[in-house]
Amino acid sequence: MNVLRRVLLGLAAPVLALIVAGLFTTLLLLLTGDDVGGFWDTMLSWPKNRNLVNILNSASVLYLSGVAAAIGFRMNLFNIGVEGQYKVAMFAAAVFAGQAWLPGKLNVIAAVLVAMIAGAIWAGIAGILRTTRGVSEVISTIMLNAIAGPLVGYFLAKWGQSTGNSTQTKPIPEESWVGGITIFSDSVTKLYGLSLLAVVVGVLFWLVLNRTRFGFDLRATGSSESAAIASGVNTKRMIVISMLLSGAVAGLVGLPVLFGNSHNYGASFQAGLGFAGIAVALLGRNNPVGIAFGALIFAFLTEQGNLLNIMAGISPDIVAVTQGVIVIAVVIAYEVVRRARTRIEQAAVADALAAEKGAAA
Amino acid sequence: MTSAVAAGETAIELTGIGKRFPGVIANHDIDITIQAGTIHALVGENGAGKSTLMKILYGVQKPDDGTIKVNGAEVSFATPSDAIAHGLGMVFQHFMLADNLTVLENVVLGAESLHGIGDDARAEITRISEVYGFGLDPDELVESLGVGERQRVEILKVLFRGARIIILDEPTAVLVPHEVDALFENLRRLRDQGHTLIFISHKLDEVLAIADHITVIRRGTTVASVLPSETTSRGLAELMVGSELPSPSTEESTVTETVLLAVRDLEVTDEDGRQELAEISFDIHAGEIVGIAGVEGNGQTELVEAIIGMRHLSRGTVTMSGTDITHWTTRQRRESGIGYIPEDRHRHGLLLDSPLWENRILGHQSRPPSVVGPWLNLRGARADAERIIAEYDVRTPGVGTNARALSGGNQQKFIVGREMSGDPKILVASHPTRGVDVGAQAQIWSHIKAARKDGLAVLLISADLDELIGLSDSIRVLLRGRLVGRFDPQSVTPQELGSAMTGAGDDR
Repeated sequence: MNVLRRVLLGLAAPVLALIVAGLFTTLLLLLTGDDVGGFWDTMLSWPKNRNLVNILNSASVLYLSGVAAAIGFRMNLFNIGVEGQYKVAMFAAAVFAGQAWLPGKLNVIAAVLVAMIAGAIWAGIAGILRTTRGVSEVISTIMLNAIAGPLVGYFLAKWGQSTGNSTQTKPIPEESWVGGITIFSDSVTKLYGLSLLAVVVGVLFWLVLNRTRFGFDLRATGSSESAAIASGVNTKRMIVISMLLSGAVAGLVGLPVLFGNSHNYGASFQAGLGFAGIAVALLGRNNPVGIAFGALIFAFLTEQGNLLNIMAGISPDIVAVTQGVIVIAVVIAYEVVRRARTRIEQAAVADALAAEKGAAA
Repeated sequence: MTSAVAAGETAIELTGIGKRFPGVIANHDIDITIQAGTIHALVGENGAGKSTLMKILYGVQKPDDGTIKVNGAEVSFATPSDAIAHGLGMVFQHFMLADNLTVLENVVLGAESLHGIGDDARAEITRISEVYGFGLDPDELVESLGVGERQRVEILKVLFRGARIIILDEPTAVLVPHEVDALFENLRRLRDQGHTLIFISHKLDEVLAIADHITVIRRGTTVASVLPSETTSRGLAELMVGSELPSPSTEESTVTETVLLAVRDLEVTDEDGRQELAEISFDIHAGEIVGIAGVEGNGQTELVEAIIGMRHLSRGTVTMSGTDITHWTTRQRRESGIGYIPEDRHRHGLLLDSPLWENRILGHQSRPPSVVGPWLNLRGARADAERIIAEYDVRTPGVGTNARALSGGNQQKFIVGREMSGDPKILVASHPTRGVDVGAQAQIWSHIKAARKDGLAVLLISADLDELIGLSDSIRVLLRGRLVGRFDPQSVTPQELGSAMTGAGDDR
């Protein structure tokens, strides 16, 4: 199978899913009697520079969340707990950085490590429960999500500072802020400095997954646990390690915002990033490059959706519907494409054999 | 209900049947005429197209070309129910019975409208059982039945549904020799009562023993129709393969004095503490093949998994070249030179949706040429996969093809090639030629024999007695988790093995 065909088959599923989602959304708007033309005009207009930066910022955060989920997915481990892991990690990192025990950028590096460790521990609980007690990681991570929110809220109320009617952690000293990167000179909005973490994580994810023994063991476990065991993979150890890694990356999710914008962690910190990451990972087929596209598409849709109310009088919630349909459609489309691929390959095998026989005769 | 057709008339006539799948011609120009009241055998290699043909006849798939006539009338089956309505029945190789239900409940399941689920049905089952000498008690639980009895339940199921034409898909595959004799007795009785039987097999001696007519299928089409009195199993095999028949045969012994694998007093228990294996002790020397015979489910899987490190021993030791490896992980064992050909290649031997070069790495994740330190060596893995494809005659367009796209025989050749890589000292081969065609089988046998000559120690588990006798230097029989007999393959007969495998005539 040549490279071009591989790429085309790879793109077929997400493109198919986007088209289906577009059709479904259009149908929904027609049914509710909304301004379909206005919807498409708004969604497909080229964003302003300011919005482009916003898209990149939220895409980088979604990407980290997507990779966190994908690490588990690649070995059939459904870490639904990215949401809780990044909450716990953000709180730990914000508290740590707020104490300013270390000067300047050292404080940032240490806080990044704290976030990763906190996320890893929170995810690791699910990993240990799975390997020692056989508790499904789906159940335990959902439960841990439910615990994470109130737990962080409790500590926030106990140790946080109140301004007005909101409570947040002690602010990070200004010397430890990570400044933005100016992309467009005419835009005040800057790219979060720690967005670059997404690039680092993406490259490392690709490298580890495709070029190392560990990555091979992980993928092998994901595609056939029984074959992996027979090949000598200690799957229990792999489960714990992948959960820890998944949680560590989940711990990074909120950092660009924490150090680039909010400078403290409070109740108003954006929620739902962990769940969006699952969708993004699915859309990107748990593939480092695919997740990047998925994150960009989701960020683009959300950002453009914000304009819908003003431009077309449509509630931006419709975009969430579109995103949801994309995820469902993509799961179906991938299966359709996978079967097509198998058929094409089997035909290629048969052709090659027929050619061989023809040559021999 | 179909009326009985007198012997001599045509029960089934297939003309010009063809079936194509994308890229594969499964069947073409198939012509078969089956006389009513006869046992008609259909023989052919794995992959010759027997299963597709039977699926067409049983209404699971529709043919692209050709016509099917049942009792002289042309039919077109959309589903198996249509076939059943025309008096056809199929007994599958893998039993479809619920263990926790009785014979009665299993039989009436899905056919409640025929005789109800109560005494009428019980009477009918008893009647059928008596007429054909099945000896089945309708109220016995299926889980307490042996393999042969379960098969009779399957046959009873199709008779209960009024079948006059019964397709049996490799019915002897799961049976030991004396059970085969019993089955044949049942089949002859069925025939004598006017039933038509289609017997699918590739065990040629059995086909010659039971069939009235034989049709040979090769590469998707019918190549010959013969009478058993006019042919021999060698002649049939040559029709099937289209060339010389390969046969396993032992040359001069290559067994040395060096013990490579020593198992002592090995015991394995299941989760509830029940013994699955006990008192297992044997040695395998360099250059020796030790064959393990036994009816499936007597501990073969557990033995293999215990030696490969996938199962925990509750007692005993496993020693490799004098080193105690009892507590080693699977990876350590593989690294130190144990190759493993698993019985289920799809579950344990391959990543089906990964390309062949990645499958080359599987099981060799920590050894060259596929890795350098913690890194994968993609070029090395590809090059070595190319080598395996060339040396082991794996038919594939290239190393980038996913394992799933290959035929079973080619998948198996690739696995054998991989497990022979890196100079293994010990090979654990579990059913190494199951489900592969005769050509691939001969190649795999010759590779194993060549490696034995070079000093490989092989533990061979197989259900194919010819394979065991032909390859092994000594044969052990596994019965209910214990080694119960030791035979010299030069002198043992299949009957002797068979009685040891079932415990018949055994003092224990």
